[in-house]
Amino acid sequence: MREPKIIIVGGGLAGLMATIRVAEAGVPVELFSIVPVKRSHSVCAQGGINAAKNQKGEGDTTQKHFDDTIYGGDFLANQPLVKRMCEAAPGIIDLLDRMGVMFNRTPEGLLDYRRFGGTLYHRTAFAGATTGQQLLYALDEQARRHESEGRVAKREGWTFLSAVIDETGVGRGICAMDLRSMEVKTFPADAVIFCTGGIGAIFGRSTNSVVCTGSAQSALFQQGVDYANGEFIQVHPTAIPGEDKLRLMSESARGEGGRVWVPRNPADKRAAKSIPEAERFYFLEEWYPKYGNLVPRDIATRAIHRIVYQEKLGIGGQAAVYLDVTHIPRETLDRKLEGILEIYEKFLGVDPREEPMKVFPAMHYTMGGLWVNGEDQATNVPGVYAAGECEYQYHGANRLGANSLVSCIFGGGIAGPAAVKYARGLEKGAEAVDASVFGREQKRQEEMNQTLISQQGSENPITIWRELGEVMTEHVTVTRINKNLERAKVKLKDLQVRYRKINLSDRTRWSNQTLNFARELGNMLILARVITVGALCRNESRGAHYKPEFPERDDSNWLKTTRAKWVNDEIQLTYEPVDISQIPPRSRRYDAAK
Amino acid sequence: MGEVRSEMAESKKVIVKVKRQASPRDASRWEEFALPWRASMNVIICLRDIAENPVTREGKQTTPVSYDSNCLEEVCGSCAMLINGKARMACSALVDQLGQPIRIEPLSKFPVVRDLTVDRQFMFESLKRVKAWIPIDGTYNLGEGPRIAPEVQEKAYPLSRCITCGNCLEVCPQVNEHNNFMGAAIFSQVRLFNMHPTGAMHAKERIQAVMGHGGIEDCANAQNCVKACPKEIPLTESLAEINRQAWKQALFGWLVG
Repeated sequence: MREPKIIIVGGGLAGLMATIRVAEAGVPVELFSIVPVKRSHSVCAQGGINAAKNQKGEGDTTQKHFDDTIYGGDFLANQPLVKRMCEAAPGIIDLLDRMGVMFNRTPEGLLDYRRFGGTLYHRTAFAGATTGQQLLYALDEQARRHESEGRVAKREGWTFLSAVIDETGVGRGICAMDLRSMEVKTFPADAVIFCTGGIGAIFGRSTNSVVCTGSAQSALFQQGVDYANGEFIQVHPTAIPGEDKLRLMSESARGEGGRVWVPRNPADKRAAKSIPEAERFYFLEEWYPKYGNLVPRDIATRAIHRIVYQEKLGIGGQAAVYLDVTHIPRETLDRKLEGILEIYEKFLGVDPREEPMKVFPAMHYTMGGLWVNGEDQATNVPGVYAAGECEYQYHGANRLGANSLVSCIFGGGIAGPAAVKYARGLEKGAEAVDASVFGREQKRQEEMNQTLISQQGSENPITIWRELGEVMTEHVTVTRINKNLERAKVKLKDLQVRYRKINLSDRTRWSNQTLNFARELGNMLILARVITVGALCRNESRGAHYKPEFPERDDSNWLKTTRAKWVNDEIQLTYEPVDISQIPPRSRRYDAAK
Repeated sequence: MGEVRSEMAESKKVIVKVKRQASPRDASRWEEFALPWRASMNVIICLRDIAENPVTREGKQTTPVSYDSNCLEEVCGSCAMLINGKARMACSALVDQLGQPIRIEPLSKFPVVRDLTVDRQFMFESLKRVKAWIPIDGTYNLGEGPRIAPEVQEKAYPLSRCITCGNCLEVCPQVNEHNNFMGAAIFSQVRLFNMHPTGAMHAKERIQAVMGHGGIEDCANAQNCVKACPKEIPLTESLAEINRQAWKQALFGWLVG
């Protein structure tokens, strides 16, 4: 029997889980990552990971987790796979526990659980407030073990440029670039799993890491891999504004009892702590008595925008509200939230244990992503799989907090064996594909580099990127108005024209970060349009997608998945029905119990 | 009056000196930049400003500075560099807290790739050498992990926050071209895995791996590491503990088999 070979692109939680599963099956894996995998963006996840273990005796079940996830996602997610994920979640926690993740413990030595948004149960396991880091490290360690035993070969410091797709439309490997030597090379594989994460850079500043550009997803889209529900972008309610990054302040701060408020009088000049209770407006608690500060993120974000922009109640007239944990004992804060409080302290020089934090919403997550089937993470191109944030499957129109880590590990965990099964079932593997297929793709990519390096243009790529971020943040995040979306669409076209005239300030052939960024920027501009056009067409409000002109969810017209295709170098939107076979849609409101 | 003040604020400059090196084979040189000051600037923002407009203080066109960065919130470990001579993360180095001109150099204990980008693969190789993992039987369902007392978790968790930035190696006199000392971070990881109930079953293998060349006995107790750690990991405690475990194994290992 021929020995198959699998490539995995991206070494965050999903990519590492897929890697481990493929290695366990005895199939060699080549793992590509821009950064050393231990530095992937999964490290930024803070608050925890959901699993209905019912460890607090509240009567929680995986069925309730499933219902919360579907309801929180405003019924846009295909239900069967979400159900499977929620059922698998307790086993995932057990696995991570066995891998040595230092989860917080109860006095009995069991895992501790806390509350998170969009649920009334203590369902979130956590390791301080650096859960993503701890989970990533656990998987990184297992992958390193497989690496030292020869089953995994890492290619860190390589960036994915394109898939190699043969004349029959089957994925046969990838084309990638070494970020040091800038060498462009193709790598044959029987199947490739993409775990390339988020797209924050399209919005300029976000809570995402630098590598989260969506470039890989966009490149694949332009090669015929469909992209679904792109318009669903999660804006996290609580982040610290910054010029380089909007730093997340985890939902766990509210899960542990943190409260969001503003002074009732915006002209109130007193220090936050000296404002008496009666003169504080705890607007989430007042507007949503049942869930209070733990409403889902889309709801909390819109409430903060309403407070700041309509009610004009932002602190001192600014775009900020208080996130207050000062009433929680210092010992509890240090044991459960230290990681995030330390970030606030380091970057702002203020101790949040003493002073309420000033926060504002920030682009955080994409619910949309590469289209995959409802079975095994396969895209519409044979041999191409996707898992983690880069695909669209699990979160519908809004993701619940602490569900991303579980979806990454679950998705990666099924993509790995699925790719192995597919590869083993192939009559002819990548080795039988004509060398010219690889040669052609390599040449195409080398020519793109050559054009960028040699052209004498007038446009600065960083300036274009800044304008891209501004237009996307202003018009394609929290509140969407059709005439503004039209304007954004025109602006994106204009930026694309200007992109063709960019001028690189570095034309060298060694570790040229400017060239790499220019490549990513070209891809970002296309994916930005997918998001914008999807938002423009969807005339309803659902989850994170909110249009004041169409304030209600419209199931009769819009209970459907947006599926974008790239046809003749243009975006074409198609729609397909949502699988609602398990839970019939009902109206979504968080001011009362479901 | 207000106008004059805002003009002054606008004209306030941040002076940054960056040590440049085009490739491992090239010699290094310094370049100086004058950047417009803004509130809450950090060193990453300085480097981004230079990338957008790569012109030196003397008005000479140059290239953007190559550097590693990712999370920008001190949890990924990418952006370690020497800032005013101190090994630290560029993202949390706030301009207003730094003396000017701000001198930025690559870490000196790792091979330079280009400018501020260095190759820290040595640390990842060391993690392999000491088997820094829990050897689980497989990812299939085998039930819950071992119970762990909260006190043990509270001791282990800070160790598990190591971001492999390399600052502890940078400041260690024992990490030099004559020595392969693995550095405090690695020994602290050995301590972490030896503390875990399953990890402890394989503690001996790890201790074996920290004995010999570049191992724990090369620690000269300078104690610089603990001061340089951005995550405030008790590295000297870890070194002492691994030293104790190594001595115990060296002296009595043959007795207990």
